[in-house]
Amino acid sequence: MSRPLVDVSAISRSYSMRSGMFGRSAAVHAVDGVSLTIRKGETLGLVGESGSGKSTTGRIVLGLEPPDQGEVRFDGKPMATPGTTAWRAQRAHMQMIFQDPLGALDRRLPVAAQIREPLDIHGLGTPLEREERVRELLRAVELTPAHGARYPGALSGGQRQRVVLARALATKPDFLVCDEPVSALDVSIQAQVVNLLADLQAQLALTLLFISHDLRVVRQISNVVAVMYLGRIVEIGCADDLFARPEHPYTQALVSASPAPGRRSAGRIVLAGDPPNPAARPQGCAFHPRCPRAIARCGSEVPALSNVGGDRQVACHLVTGPQVETRDAA
Amino acid sequence: MGRYFAVRIGRAALTIVLVVTFAFVVLRLSGDPALMILGPEAPPEVLAAFRKAWGLDDPIWFQYLDYFGAIAKGELGRSMRDGRPAIELVLERIPATLALTLPAFAFKVALGIPAGIYAALHRGSGIDRAVMMTAVAGFTVPSFVLALLLVLVFAVQLGWLPSGGQDSWRHAILPIVTLSLGGAAVLARFTRSAMLEVLGQPYIRTASAKGVPWRKVVTSHALPNAAIPTVTILGFMVGTLIAGAVVVESVFSWPGVGRLLVVAVANRDLAVVQCILLLVAMTMVTSNLIVDFLYGFLDPRLRAKGAHA
Amino acid sequence: MTPLISIRDLSVAFNGVPVLRGVDLALQKGEALGLVGESGSGKSVTWLAALGLLPRNARVSGSVRLDGREILGAPAAELDRIRGGRVAMIFQDPASALNPVLTIRRQLCESLALHRDLSGGTVKAEARRLLDLVGIPDAARRLEAYPHEFSGGQVQRIMIAMALAGNPDLLIADEPTTALDATIQAQILELLSTIRHEMGMAMVLISHDLGVVAENCDRVAVMYAGRIVEEAPANQLFADPVHPYAQGLIGALPPLDGPRRRLTAIPGTVPDPASMPDGCAFAPRCALAEAPCGRAAPTLAPIAADRAVACVRAEASRRALLGMAAE
Repeated sequence: MSRPLVDVSAISRSYSMRSGMFGRSAAVHAVDGVSLTIRKGETLGLVGESGSGKSTTGRIVLGLEPPDQGEVRFDGKPMATPGTTAWRAQRAHMQMIFQDPLGALDRRLPVAAQIREPLDIHGLGTPLEREERVRELLRAVELTPAHGARYPGALSGGQRQRVVLARALATKPDFLVCDEPVSALDVSIQAQVVNLLADLQAQLALTLLFISHDLRVVRQISNVVAVMYLGRIVEIGCADDLFARPEHPYTQALVSASPAPGRRSAGRIVLAGDPPNPAARPQGCAFHPRCPRAIARCGSEVPALSNVGGDRQVACHLVTGPQVETRDAA
Repeated sequence: MGRYFAVRIGRAALTIVLVVTFAFVVLRLSGDPALMILGPEAPPEVLAAFRKAWGLDDPIWFQYLDYFGAIAKGELGRSMRDGRPAIELVLERIPATLALTLPAFAFKVALGIPAGIYAALHRGSGIDRAVMMTAVAGFTVPSFVLALLLVLVFAVQLGWLPSGGQDSWRHAILPIVTLSLGGAAVLARFTRSAMLEVLGQPYIRTASAKGVPWRKVVTSHALPNAAIPTVTILGFMVGTLIAGAVVVESVFSWPGVGRLLVVAVANRDLAVVQCILLLVAMTMVTSNLIVDFLYGFLDPRLRAKGAHA
Repeated sequence: MTPLISIRDLSVAFNGVPVLRGVDLALQKGEALGLVGESGSGKSVTWLAALGLLPRNARVSGSVRLDGREILGAPAAELDRIRGGRVAMIFQDPASALNPVLTIRRQLCESLALHRDLSGGTVKAEARRLLDLVGIPDAARRLEAYPHEFSGGQVQRIMIAMALAGNPDLLIADEPTTALDATIQAQILELLSTIRHEMGMAMVLISHDLGVVAENCDRVAVMYAGRIVEEAPANQLFADPVHPYAQGLIGALPPLDGPRRRLTAIPGTVPDPASMPDGCAFAPRCALAEAPCGRAAPTLAPIAADRAVACVRAEASRRALLGMAAE
């Protein structure tokens, strides 16, 4: 078993949000005690709805913002202080791609120049070698040099996301954070990019943190999947097993809510209530007001993420309570 | 909501203080009133006596504090030219200015807003293009050029209207037209783009898909939304009612506040200039407050924010 | 039996660029039809054109009959009675679909006043009943609220209430859940299905999400580049797609259970409407394309009583699929 490349321990991050211009500011816990490890060459999928804190987690893991508490270790070393030389050296090994490739690209520059930019910034290779590297990167994402000469506006959404990917790979990173990288793409193009990402990962031994609300895409690309709800991980486990046998009631509802061709909606778990609001986090288990199986204890006590056998961890009183142990014993 | 406005009023007061301070400093640094009023040939002892009488030989910070002390007591100083209270001089000119700016404001609104709405609703049509071309011309041509052009055509060539003075209502026509055209052009452009923005919104399509007749979609769905940005411009125009006619009054020799300002600046008649600026700052700030209030009235999203604040 | 609505050879061009190139569709009373396809395929344009909701620069031709009566190019007053009365629509973006400066009551009562013969007091009672029906709690008080005071899922419920105000025979739901979170999407889809069954209303569900359409519709039409390329009962389409594009769409969808497989991505991109290839628009991306595909655009032809496909290689395509299944 390979050792962890990224080790996140108990990170928390809260923002103060004001209601109106002079309202009292309230702390919003975007991320609350999240621990993760991602092994070298593997993909960790992070799923959750809006407000679950999955994007904030991604930014903290990448060092784009500091955690209030907890620590992120990359390749065994703690993250360097942003702005320092050590940090820049470390950052060359980790990159991020986002949902909106057009927003991530400069509309006034040919895309080849933008792929080259990180090489110039980090001073990698001679100018000639950089040219060659750009061609190589374009090839790697299945684009031609002709595409490289174009401006972002002249490319399709899928092609732009390939350009962003090529630019992210320019510094030969070990670790890539992908935040909803295919959510804005049509299904057929989405499949192209997912396949490409999987191929590149295998070729380059990349480690990925793949953030998405789309369970199907996450399962397709991940080894391990973590489900977040209101800033906490509620369940984590091996991708195939997690979606086949979800234990947490929230994961069960998510899996059941994912529509599938050839299935009618009968028997679906439909959760009541609105999507969770990070500014008004319920007491106890944050999910209990919407949980179809909540018991009294759920309203008062926050369930801890605990092992339930295999590599599965679940934060739910119903799953990790005493009744489960007796079931396991039987 | 009260708090929302308390903050705005506080900010408005600060703006006024800043404007007055700025004017105070600039006026004193840019020329000696004694020289301006008495002339360069005046004997030094007369100049010195003048400076002493008006407190001009005190340190500037002392003059400044003195000035604010007086304002606090409601005194806005006296004209250095004839010794009359500055406020009196200014107030007696206001009716003349309003006689131009109020009708002009009415014309701007009556002309600009319907033209903008019409152009937006018939986007790309001949009338739209005509309206927009006129509008562009209307606000790229400076008002003194327009004024001179109108004088040339209607006073000099055709001889229909007088070229200056304030003897009858006919004297007011050209100044009012000059003031209206530019403003109407700005309003038309602004209303048109506000309308186009709103007409492209999904809720307009929702209204049509509900079966609301187009005329009603425009009046009850599009206009209330387009009014929000248009109010900003209207507020600005209300703010210029008192001092927005400086150029036009000068060209047409119209004895309003604008003319007074020009003369007072030229003479470094400090109290009068400061009094006018204070008044202008106050109207501007007041109209801004009214706009803020109207926003709250027109846009429930802002109202809610104010209520929670 | 006369279909509730039947569209014949509907074409739309914007400034001379064709975006809809001859669409034929029919819908029976109470039926749920799914319309799938990628962005730009013409799913939404079809229905906006049918109801006369496209901007003036759109050129629309063909025929749209509601209960046998032609409505394409009908007078504005007649269209206004149909829109919201016989045929209602809900849209994707809940945040901007309602007028931000008007209360929910104003917007709901507007629909009721237009399409129902109700007097003053009963209008408000009916508005309250509709909000109750779509599951907005505390309806009486919430009527006085503005759209920004509701969450995305709630706004979509209000949109549905507004659509129901005119007791329509047909509801066009254009990507109604695309902007919503998964658990909220499930709520809205369930609400739509309940209401449809209670009111016996027909529905067209426009979506890019095959799963959403499959679960909620009786029949599905797949659109590509302004045409319908395949039409079939929902269960058959997903079990046995015939058009190579339909196969591609289904193969591109990652499975949620069972073994993982490499996704069968469709190569290339959707053609630019301004420079459509001759012949079949899908041919340049199609693995089965042969010379005839480039010559003439195939027409939608029946392959069974309730199925039709627009592909000259339909037989080969079907064999390829069966072969794949046999392996």
